[in-house]
Amino acid sequence: MARTTTERKAIRSLVWLLVIIIALIAANGASVLFNNGQWTPKLALDLEGGTQITLSPQLSTGEAVTPEQLERAVAIIRQRVDASGVSEAEINTQGNQNIVVSIPGEPDDETRERIQSSAKLEFRPVLAADLPSPDTIGEEGAEDPATDPSASPSAEPSAAPSPTASPTDASDLAWITPELQEQFDTFDCASLSAVGANVAPTDEPLITCEQDGSIKYILGPVEVAGERIADARAGLVTSSTGVTTNEWGVFMEFDAEGTAQFRAVTERLVALVGVQNQFAIVLDGSVISAPRTISAITDGRPQISGNFTEESALTLADQLKFGALPIGFEIQSSENISATLGVSQLQSGIIAGIIGLILVAFYAFFQYRALGGVVLASLIVAAVITYLIITYLSNQQGFRLSLAGVAGLVISIGVIADSFIVYFERIRDELRDGRSVDGSVEAGWKRAWRTILISDVINFLAAVVLFVLAVGNVRGFAFTLGITTIVDLIVVALFTHPLMQLLARTRFFGSGHPLSGLDPQALGAVYRGRAQFRAPVGVASTKVASSSREAQRRQTIAERKAAQSSSEGKDAR
Amino acid sequence: MSRLTQFGNDLYTGQRSFDFVGRRNTWYLIAAVFVILAIGFTALRGGFVFGIEFRGGSEFRVQSTSVVEQGTAVATSIADEAVASVVPGASPRVSIVGGDSIRVQTEQLTPAETEEVRAALAEAYGVAESDVSSSFIGATWGADITRQALIALVVFLVLASLVLAVYFRTWKMSVAALIALFHDLVVTAGVYGVFGLEITPAAVIGFLTILGYSLYDTVVVFDKVRENTSEDGVESRRTFAQSVNLAVNQTLVRSINTSIVAVLPTASILLIGSVLLGAGTLRDIALALTVGTIVGTYSSIFLAAPLYVHLRQNEPEVKKQGSRPRVARTESGAVR
Repeated sequence: MARTTTERKAIRSLVWLLVIIIALIAANGASVLFNNGQWTPKLALDLEGGTQITLSPQLSTGEAVTPEQLERAVAIIRQRVDASGVSEAEINTQGNQNIVVSIPGEPDDETRERIQSSAKLEFRPVLAADLPSPDTIGEEGAEDPATDPSASPSAEPSAAPSPTASPTDASDLAWITPELQEQFDTFDCASLSAVGANVAPTDEPLITCEQDGSIKYILGPVEVAGERIADARAGLVTSSTGVTTNEWGVFMEFDAEGTAQFRAVTERLVALVGVQNQFAIVLDGSVISAPRTISAITDGRPQISGNFTEESALTLADQLKFGALPIGFEIQSSENISATLGVSQLQSGIIAGIIGLILVAFYAFFQYRALGGVVLASLIVAAVITYLIITYLSNQQGFRLSLAGVAGLVISIGVIADSFIVYFERIRDELRDGRSVDGSVEAGWKRAWRTILISDVINFLAAVVLFVLAVGNVRGFAFTLGITTIVDLIVVALFTHPLMQLLARTRFFGSGHPLSGLDPQALGAVYRGRAQFRAPVGVASTKVASSSREAQRRQTIAERKAAQSSSEGKDAR
Repeated sequence: MSRLTQFGNDLYTGQRSFDFVGRRNTWYLIAAVFVILAIGFTALRGGFVFGIEFRGGSEFRVQSTSVVEQGTAVATSIADEAVASVVPGASPRVSIVGGDSIRVQTEQLTPAETEEVRAALAEAYGVAESDVSSSFIGATWGADITRQALIALVVFLVLASLVLAVYFRTWKMSVAALIALFHDLVVTAGVYGVFGLEITPAAVIGFLTILGYSLYDTVVVFDKVRENTSEDGVESRRTFAQSVNLAVNQTLVRSINTSIVAVLPTASILLIGSVLLGAGTLRDIALALTVGTIVGTYSSIFLAAPLYVHLRQNEPEVKKQGSRPRVARTESGAVR
């Protein structure tokens, strides 16, 4: 009865493993069919080659980039690229002013967009616009007067510009000279995207459009620079009574300097009417939002509300937060590169890995005889599962296998094989204590599982910490290390152990054939016979080692008899 | 059965026993000598040699479709010669960019050297000097990513020692494991320092792998120590040190098997990497892994376990355990 239960359990485990493998194959198949996935993992830049984008700063004449600005820009771009998924983008500075972004493979439009919009963010007051904005900027909980009809502005600047007077502040309509007015009238929003980044000196007005080309603006000089933003997030707007509404908004936070600047501006703007009341947020020369000012912001924590969806609020928050580059950049070159010996490195890596595996297999057969076959089979199962998981993540999460990742896989051969070695050695220890083969498999498993579990926890911890905290190449490596650690646990619990349970019931292994690797004669009985290390079963003795004492206690009567007869057989020989 | 099995039997029963714990002062001394040698020689050589990603470096681009068509190998050998004629001993990284140009990365050169290399490259590839552009790489890898890796290292060490302390229910195992880990890292890094090998991002990844592996290996040994020492109480005939020593001996076959199995693939990568490819990511990772695996196995046995005994031997309960064994010991046969 007990036997069949064990057997049934073992078979159930193997079925579970099969289910996992089939599920992984199905998931991969699904992504191949529906998501343009592949059956092979995507490779990183160092193995596959990739795209290298060189960004150079857009400078008005006479300006220079400081190393601090460049460093900040690199950090922000890295943040953006990393935010687009697990890709091993390498971001370097070149020649003290360029930034080089290396992206594995061909980046999709979204990723390219993220890098390309490495924009300069600035706040400028609106001088003129051909349409009013539905969005408002105010303090948290401020009433939204969007319904107020008086707020609707005139399509053309109402005040007649006087070209001779010099403007007194950024909102002064004196900025609009007749030439500027003419430029504004003839300006075509379609030309904006073609030009790319729209650079104007910070102390001069700018003609530009809403990002989608819907509204045309004349903007005053820059009042607050994008670097002044400390944080931005999207969330639901709280009304003046403190009740959370269903309306999405963007919450900003300025640093000390920005707070003072923003306060001065909003105090002025709130008194103005029409489009002049509006405040344009300019990203890379085009307006991403131009909310009306409904109150002066004194605490540096403005809130932008209006016709936001959750998505558009999140986008704006992201743009405010990550778009705050200290300088504007343009893509100077974007080219596909072949990796430094990448392909041949991968081939050599695979050849070396196969040679290594063959050597491991040889050693396993030499050490564990027929059990070497179990090691080999388990390693193959682990390889299949790892391959499927990596392919799946590569299709779904944009994970890319780098050379460092391959190294993680290679070290995992050792860690995974170690689980089997720990397990087999524990089984052998139990055999030495005089247990039957199937009893040893069970008892050895209980002890080995604990060890395997805690040591894999440590390995997994290392992988997680490295993945969360480290950047670039190290992440890809940590990722494969973490995956293989989990695979190790799956394989040893759902494949190796059940297989051992079933094998222990075969005659070859169960009777401890000399070639099975589980020969009790060679392992334990020798010492019971010759050195009287272990007193015959049944005679109470204090001379035995406590571990064997414990093993003895756990023995069934049948096992004890079997052990006794085998040791008698040994003596007789 | 193989002789190692026989050996394993002897170790398990205590028929044969290596005195890892008793002769701990010898092992401490050896470890200390290695650590001092690693640090000393590295210092004598003037510290570590860092790769181009850490220092920044010079980069040349040669526009030449004809050379690109000949393949990477030819382009590499030409660039090697050209660069070596100006800066002996430099090992440039050569890759084909785009389909019509060759990128040559060298260490950071002086402006005069840069001009010379540029001229040499133009001559070697048979192109006009204007077709060779030069620039250099900012050392952001060093500043940015290394700092993150170091933060990760510290966080991992803290978390790992907490996990171990909770699992083994004694902080002393954590301390012993961390000291062994420190030894492994210093000695592995020392191999790079002593032989003047370049520390590249790949080598750093190798070091980080060693971090996990070394601790992993120590944990396996310590789990057997835990098992043995928790089984015998105060009435045990074995002293605490003897229990630990028996545990280490009992896991010795495992340790040998594991390290061989772990080293075989990395060593074959190291061999193929350095023989077929020369310097590169694979060789850098594999070297750190091979050295680290061997050192990690060594330190688990010779350092971590004896250190653990050292840390605990003055505990009253542990002392009591050792107070009764003298008479019984000779007949037990379990420990010799």
